[in-house]
Amino acid sequence: MASIIELLPELNVAFFETLLMVGIALLVAIFIGLPLGIVLYVTDKGLFLENSWIKAIVGVVINLIRSIPFIILLVFLLPFTQWLVGETIGPLAASVSLSVAAIPFYARIVESAAREVDKGVIEAAIAVGASPWMIIKDIIFPEAKPGLISGLTITAISLIGYSAMAGTIGGGGIGDLAIRYGYYRYDDTVMFTTVILLIVLVQFIQYLGDFIAKTVNKK
Amino acid sequence: MIELTNVTKEFKSKKRKIVGVDNVSLTIDSGEVYGIVGYSGAGKSTLLRCMNILERPTSGEILIDGIDLLQLSGRKLREARQSIGMIFQGFYLVSSKTVYENVAFALKAAGVPDKKIRPRVNHLLELVGLTDRTNQYPSQLSGGQKQRVSIARALANNPKVLLCDEATSALDPNTTKSILALLKKINRELGLTIVIITHEMEVVKEICHRCAVMRDGRVIEQGSTYEIFSNPTEPLTKKFIETILDFQLPEQLLETITGKLVRLHFWGELAAEAIVSDVLQNFSVKGNILHGKVEYIRDVPLGIFVMEVNGEPRETEAAIDYLRERVSKVEVINNG
Ligand SMILES: Nc1ncnc2c1ncn2[C@@H]1O[C@H](COP(=O)(O)OP(=O)(O)OP(=O)(O)O)[C@@H](O)[C@H]1O
Ligand SMILES: [Mg+2]
Repeated sequence: MASIIELLPELNVAFFETLLMVGIALLVAIFIGLPLGIVLYVTDKGLFLENSWIKAIVGVVINLIRSIPFIILLVFLLPFTQWLVGETIGPLAASVSLSVAAIPFYARIVESAAREVDKGVIEAAIAVGASPWMIIKDIIFPEAKPGLISGLTITAISLIGYSAMAGTIGGGGIGDLAIRYGYYRYDDTVMFTTVILLIVLVQFIQYLGDFIAKTVNKK
Repeated sequence: MIELTNVTKEFKSKKRKIVGVDNVSLTIDSGEVYGIVGYSGAGKSTLLRCMNILERPTSGEILIDGIDLLQLSGRKLREARQSIGMIFQGFYLVSSKTVYENVAFALKAAGVPDKKIRPRVNHLLELVGLTDRTNQYPSQLSGGQKQRVSIARALANNPKVLLCDEATSALDPNTTKSILALLKKINRELGLTIVIITHEMEVVKEICHRCAVMRDGRVIEQGSTYEIFSNPTEPLTKKFIETILDFQLPEQLLETITGKLVRLHFWGELAAEAIVSDVLQNFSVKGNILHGKVEYIRDVPLGIFVMEVNGEPRETEAAIDYLRERVSKVEVINNG
């Protein structure tokens, strides 16, 4: 018990470090992964911006990144991280590789969420003379919203898992704490505390995501 | 208003080539309601989708209101599409938008300024009879109401043409009637040219001025709806007409027939009873009406009756000759 109270300030810092790096990666996923996912979808065969070249190039790059195990991506990206944020340890550094992993992850989810949109609805929009941008903004986006949000939930939860791996090379966060105390010092109490913290965090994100997805769903 | 010349649409897959529409030429006049019927896979939807280039034909020419659609692309094509409304069997409303927003979307797509959108949407919803549903979502509406919303959306930008792909096929008979009545009203009041695809002759009978029958991507017969109903020539057309005008007699009854069986057509008049009683008075034959009815094709009566004529052969012949002079068409079905 005593060790937990001693640990409280560090736990607090670790918690916010996790939130920080996952948060940054999620933002990057939204700003880059989401548009890429939409690009993957609208350039598909039979769709209104059909373009097999763009589709193939984006698809290959995304698959390439996705096929690299995260722990290896982490190491592989160290020079890039150094160049971008000027350091390779700490939550900010960890958020670089987390972001790189999050982009293709979310892009694929966005693509499949967009695929769920009734093709007929898109066709009806084409028939009233809507421009591609209006179709994306006013049809695909709102129609796919529940899927986009639950996809973001899945991404966030996976990123929490990844962030623990980033912890192993000094990325900070709850994972880092768990490994430092639990693995290197065999401190079970800290180990359990961090695990419980992670469980609570994941549950909370899942609950929140489901709630929002349900509220925006008009089906 | 709509002129299709040698329109062909082929679908190429890796293995084979499917011809969806095969060299179709059609002219549909301004203000006309035109029906296209055919079995599943005949190419009706493909042909209709060529009319607003949802499907780009492999070859041929498509003129809508004098504009050659195949010469257009991008912005120009989108503008042309704004004057061609389209409704579908599946309604295809945006489920995350309210009734109001669904209709407003079409106006936004056409670049209508914001302050003009509200009065226009309200006017359209009034036209289709949905003013009390403005803020509901599609999931809260019945099929008929959804189709009304999609009609309002299709009419938003004052199109000259309305394309309907099986617009009533998902609806029950009563709702179908009310949607057809709405389309009729739109045709009459707005002078809209309407193209309707259907497999229900009931729909054609109710509102189409002219119609075409399709099979294997080709138009095999076309004419005024009345001509098609009263005098179909292709076997497939006859089959379609029989879904409404079927005068098959039961086998058992046919076996007991001793006289001549004739089918009498009354086109555009309601004189059947008078003429039949005339015949029975003037000739010493017995007449027995076994089957028949009067249908109204766009409010013009079409009567068909099956009658058994019994008597001396010469008298019977004379009676039938007399009928030939008095009724639109006489078919001798069996010679007794
Ligand atoms: N996108 C497509 N790719 C390949 N083949 C197609 C495509 N669309 C239609 N076809 C084929 O073209 C033919 C005509 O189809 P179409 O949908 O026009 O028929 P339809 O008369 O509308 O039938 P239904 O009454 O079932 O709607 C069919 O053989 C169909 O399989
Ligand atoms: Mg069809």
